[in-house]
Amino acid sequence: MFNTTDIPKSSRIPKLIEALYAKMPVIESARAKLITESYKATEGQPVITRRAEAFAHILRNIPIIIRDNELIVGSSTIAPRGCQTFPEFSYQWLEDELDTVATRTADPFYIAEETKAELREVHKYWKGKTSSELATSYMAPEAIKAIEHNIFTPGNYFYNGVGHVTVKYEEVLAIGYKGIIDKARAELEKCQVGDGNYAKKSHFLNAVIVSCQAVIEYAERYAELASQMAAECTDPVRKQELLQISENCSRVPANGATSFYEACQSFWFVQQLLQVESSGHSISPGRFDQYMYPYYKADIDKGVITREAAQELLDCIWVKLNDLNKVRDAASAEGFAGYSLFQNLIVGGQDKYGNDVTNDLSVMCILASMHVHLPMPSLSIRVWNGSPHELLIKAAELTRTGIGLPAYYNDEVIIPALQNRGLTLEDAREYNIIGCVEPQKAGKTDGWHDAAFFNMCRPLELVFSNGMDKGELVGIQTGDVTKMTTFEEFFDAYKKQMEYCISLMVNADNAIDVAHSERVPLPYESCMVDDCLSRGLSVQEGGAVYNFTGPQGFGIANMADSLYAIRKLVYEDKKVSMEEYKQALAWNYDKGLDQQSVSDMSEMILKGMQDAGMAVNTDTAKAVLQTVMRLKPTEEQLRRFTEIHHMIDEVPKFGNAIDDVDYFARDVAYTYSRPLQKYMNPRGGHYQAGLYPVSANVPLGGQTGATPDGRYAHTPVADGVSPTAGKDVKGPTAAATSVSRLDHFIVSNGTLFNQKFHPSALAGREGLEKFVALIRTFFDQKGMHMQFNVVDRETLLDAQKHPENYAHLVVRVAGYSALFTTLSRSLQDDIIRRTEQGF
Amino acid sequence: MDYLQTKGRIFDIQRYSVHDGPGIRTIVFLKGCVLRCRWCCNPESQEYKIQTMKVLGEDKVIGRDVTVEEMIKVVEEDRPYYRRSGGGLTLSGGESLCQPEFARDLLRAAKEHGINTALESMACAPFETIETILPYLDLYLMDIKHTNPAKHKEFTGRPNDLMMENARKVALSGKCKLIIRVPVIPTFNDTIEEIQGIARFADTLPGVEQLHLLPYHRLGQDKYIGLGRPYLMEGILPPTKEHMETLRKAAESVSSLRVQIGG
Repeated sequence: MFNTTDIPKSSRIPKLIEALYAKMPVIESARAKLITESYKATEGQPVITRRAEAFAHILRNIPIIIRDNELIVGSSTIAPRGCQTFPEFSYQWLEDELDTVATRTADPFYIAEETKAELREVHKYWKGKTSSELATSYMAPEAIKAIEHNIFTPGNYFYNGVGHVTVKYEEVLAIGYKGIIDKARAELEKCQVGDGNYAKKSHFLNAVIVSCQAVIEYAERYAELASQMAAECTDPVRKQELLQISENCSRVPANGATSFYEACQSFWFVQQLLQVESSGHSISPGRFDQYMYPYYKADIDKGVITREAAQELLDCIWVKLNDLNKVRDAASAEGFAGYSLFQNLIVGGQDKYGNDVTNDLSVMCILASMHVHLPMPSLSIRVWNGSPHELLIKAAELTRTGIGLPAYYNDEVIIPALQNRGLTLEDAREYNIIGCVEPQKAGKTDGWHDAAFFNMCRPLELVFSNGMDKGELVGIQTGDVTKMTTFEEFFDAYKKQMEYCISLMVNADNAIDVAHSERVPLPYESCMVDDCLSRGLSVQEGGAVYNFTGPQGFGIANMADSLYAIRKLVYEDKKVSMEEYKQALAWNYDKGLDQQSVSDMSEMILKGMQDAGMAVNTDTAKAVLQTVMRLKPTEEQLRRFTEIHHMIDEVPKFGNAIDDVDYFARDVAYTYSRPLQKYMNPRGGHYQAGLYPVSANVPLGGQTGATPDGRYAHTPVADGVSPTAGKDVKGPTAAATSVSRLDHFIVSNGTLFNQKFHPSALAGREGLEKFVALIRTFFDQKGMHMQFNVVDRETLLDAQKHPENYAHLVVRVAGYSALFTTLSRSLQDDIIRRTEQGF
Repeated sequence: MDYLQTKGRIFDIQRYSVHDGPGIRTIVFLKGCVLRCRWCCNPESQEYKIQTMKVLGEDKVIGRDVTVEEMIKVVEEDRPYYRRSGGGLTLSGGESLCQPEFARDLLRAAKEHGINTALESMACAPFETIETILPYLDLYLMDIKHTNPAKHKEFTGRPNDLMMENARKVALSGKCKLIIRVPVIPTFNDTIEEIQGIARFADTLPGVEQLHLLPYHRLGQDKYIGLGRPYLMEGILPPTKEHMETLRKAAESVSSLRVQIGG
C-alpha cells in the first residue's frame, strides 16, 4: 500500500522558485574557456584522455555557488537558470547569434559584452575541430542537399551532444564514485598489454577514473564552500543546514549514500554533471521513485526523517532540475521552445518480474510537481492493467492543474514493443522514458532517441514535382504525377520518395554518430552505462548493451488525409484531375502564392536560368521576383481551387473513428516505420521509428507547401500522431480510437498524442474518474502515450488575441462544447470566467 | 427486429459527454420540444421541423432523420469507453418524449446491446407515454424548473402540474433511478426560497437521492442570432460560483438530498 494524502508545501519552495525566475537566464563563458585551455594543453593525446582531462579541468576550476535557501546544492552557472557553452560540438551558430540571442523571441538569453568577447576569443581555437564539422565531412552530398531542402533535420546531434540517456543512478547511490573507480581498476587489472584492444580499453578506463575522481573533488569543493558559509552565517537555522550540506557533500557522491538526504544530493550531482560533460539534453532521471525508495524507506523506518521533510527534499530537487539550462540556435529554439531540457522522470509501472511497484515516493513525485508547478522534470507515469486506480487519480489531479503533466504511458504496448527490438523481458519491464516519449532500459542503452525530425509531407511534394525542389533534384524521379493512372502507382511513388529520403537521413545520422565517437566520447557518462567498463568502450563507441537510432517522423495525419483525399477525389470518384490537384497545390488553393512561395519560385526560375547558361545578376533577380509576384490564377481557376478545397473538406478525415480512414492511416505510417527499421547504425544497433514532433511541427510546417489534405502552405503540420487540428470533429473518444488504430508496437521510439481539455471536463472526483477511464480505454485499444493540455485562462486570453492559432480549440463547458474562437466576445469572456472558477 | 427501423429526428450527437449520467456517454439530441424556455441553450432543438441556422456566416441545416439502427451504430463506437467508465447512451433534446416511439426503440436497442441508458427530459407528456419507455431506462434525469405553475408558464410557455405529477409517478414506479435537475436561471428561480422549494418537493419523491443545480450559461446566445430570433435573456449574467454554493447549501439544509453543482 502507498500513502496518497497530500503534504503541505514547505515555505522554502516558493522562495527558491522566485529567486530562480527573478531574471532572464544568462550565458556564461567559464566552461568554454576551461575546456579550451585544457584542449590546448593536451594536443596530440588520445581523444578519450583529452575528454577526461578537460572534464576534470572544468570541475576543478569552474566557479561554484550555493544559492540562498538551497538544501540540495550544485549549480553549473553562477546565474540562476544560466547556461554554459560547448564549443567542442559546434560554435558557429552561437558566434553568429551572439548579438541577437538576448532579443530573439524563442528562449532568449542575456549575454554580457565581456562574455561575448571571451567566447569570440575561445571560438578561434575550435575552427575545424568540432564534432559538427567532422560530421559534415562524413555526410554524402545528397544527404547535405536534402537537409538544405528541409526534407529532414538532424540538427539536434549535429550541433550538440547526444544526451538522451538514463544512467545507473542506483549504482552511484549504492557504491559511490569510489566504488566505480574500483570497478574500473579491476577491469584495468584484467587488461593484458598484448590484448588487441589494450590501447583503447586502458585509456578509456583511465579516463573513467580521472572523470570520477574529478566529480569527487567537485563535491569536496562544495563541502568546503558550505562549511565556510556556515562559519560566516549568523542565522542559526541556516547555519545548521549549511553544515549538513557540507557533511553530505564530503560523503557523496564519493561514497554510497547512507541516508535519503545523501541519496538526494548524490542523485543531483550525477544529474547536474552529466550536463557539464556534454550539451545533450533529455538526460532523464528515469525511475526515480524506484531507486530512491530504499533510502526513503530505511530513513522512515528508522524514524530519522518525516514524510514532510522528505517531500521538501524532493521539491528542492524539482526546483534544481529547472536551474539547468541550455542555449540552442535560434531555429532549434523554436522547435524545442520553452528552455526545455526534457529531463524525464517516471513513476509507477512494474518490476522486472511483472509486479506493480507503486510506492509512497511515486505519489510524492506527483505532489512535488504540484508544489513547484514548473516544466521540469517532465513527469511521466507508467500505466498498466494492474496500476493502482488511486495513483492514476492523483496523476489526473496534476493534469487538472493545467501544467501539461504527467504524460501517460502504456506498459501493455511498450513492453512488447521493446522486446520486439531485442530487449529481454526483464529489461523491457523496467523501461523508463527518455526526453519526450522515448522508451528504453536505463543504464544499458544508447538510444540516439531524437536523431532527426523527418517531415513526411516533403516526400509527397517530391512526388508532385518529380523529385525537384526549388530547381534542384532532391528526391528521385518518380515520373510525371499527372500520368499516374492508378492510386497504387501514385502511392508507390510516395513510398519510393520516402524510402530514398529515409536513406539520406540515415546517412546523415550515421555520419554524425561516427563524428561523436571520434571527437566527443564521454567517459563520465559511459562509466554509468553497461557494459562500457567491461568492453572498454565509451557509449559513443558502442559500449552500451542496447544501441538504437530513433529519428522521428511527423505529419502522419496530414499524409493520411492527403493520400486518402487523392485516392477518393482523383482515382475513385474522379471529381478532380491530378493536373487540377497539382495546380491547386501550386497556387495554395484559393489563397494564392504567399511570400515564401514567391521567393521559392523566383529562386527556382533563377536556378533554371543559370543552369541554362544564362547570366543572372541582381537586375534579373529583381525582374524575376516582380514577375512572380504579379502571377495570379484566373478567376475561373480560383473558383475551381475553392471548389476543390471544399471537396477535400468533405472527404472523411483521420481522427473520427472511421474504420476505412484509420486503417489507411496505419498503412501510411508504415511508409516511414518499415523502411527505417532495416537500417543499422555505426554502434551496431538498429534504427527504430518514432512518431512525434516535439514542437517542430510548427517551424517545419513553415517550410512545407500546401498539402493535398487541404492544409495551406507554410502552416503547421499535425502534431505527433494526433489528428490534424480541427479535423477531429467527434470529440476525444473518437480521436483516441483513431489514434489507437495506428500500429504503436512498431514505432518503438515513441508516439505522441496530445489532447486538449477544459478544466470543467475534469471537475470533481467524478470528472477525474471519467478522465482516467478515457486514458484506460485508449490504452485498452493499444495506444502508447497520451498527454493533455488543460486550457487555462492565459490560453483563452491568447486565443482571443490570436484566433488564427486556435481554430481548433474546443471548450466543453457544462456539457456543452463549442469552438472557442467562433463564439462571440461576451461568451468567450463567460468561458474565461468559468475557467477560473473551475466548474 | 422492426424496432431497429423506427425513424426519428435528431439535431446533434455528442460523444465524451461527462455531465449527463454516469461514466463517459454519448448523447443523442432529439429535435422538437413542448416548452419554449427563455434561457434554452439549444433553441434549434425546439421546432420539430428541419431548419436552417446561420453558423459562422454559412447556412447549416439543423435536423436529420435517422433510424434506430443507424444511431445504435454510432453509440456502439464508444463501447470501449462505456465499459471502462460505466457510461452509455443518454437521450436529450428538445424533449425526447415528443418522439416517444423513436425514444423507446432507441433505448430498447441500447439495452439489448448491454448499454446503460439515461434520459434527460422534463417529463412533459402523458404518463402512459412515459410508461412505455421506463422498462428500457436505467436513469431518468428529470428537470424540475420551478414549483410555481404561473411563473413556470411565464418563462417556459406551460404550467408545471403535469411534470410534477409525472415526477411522482416515475418515482413510485421504481423502474429506474431518478435524479432531479434544476437549471438555475437568474430572474426566474435563483433565489434561496425557490431552490429550497424544488429541493423540498424532490425530497418527497421516493427513491430520489440527488439534486443537480445547473448554472445558467449563455452559450446558446449566438444560435438565436443564427435563427433570426431575439434573445430574451440579453444582459443577464450567469450566477457566480459563490451564489451557486449558497444555493447548494440552502437546498441541502431543507432536504436529505445530495446536492451538487453541475451534472
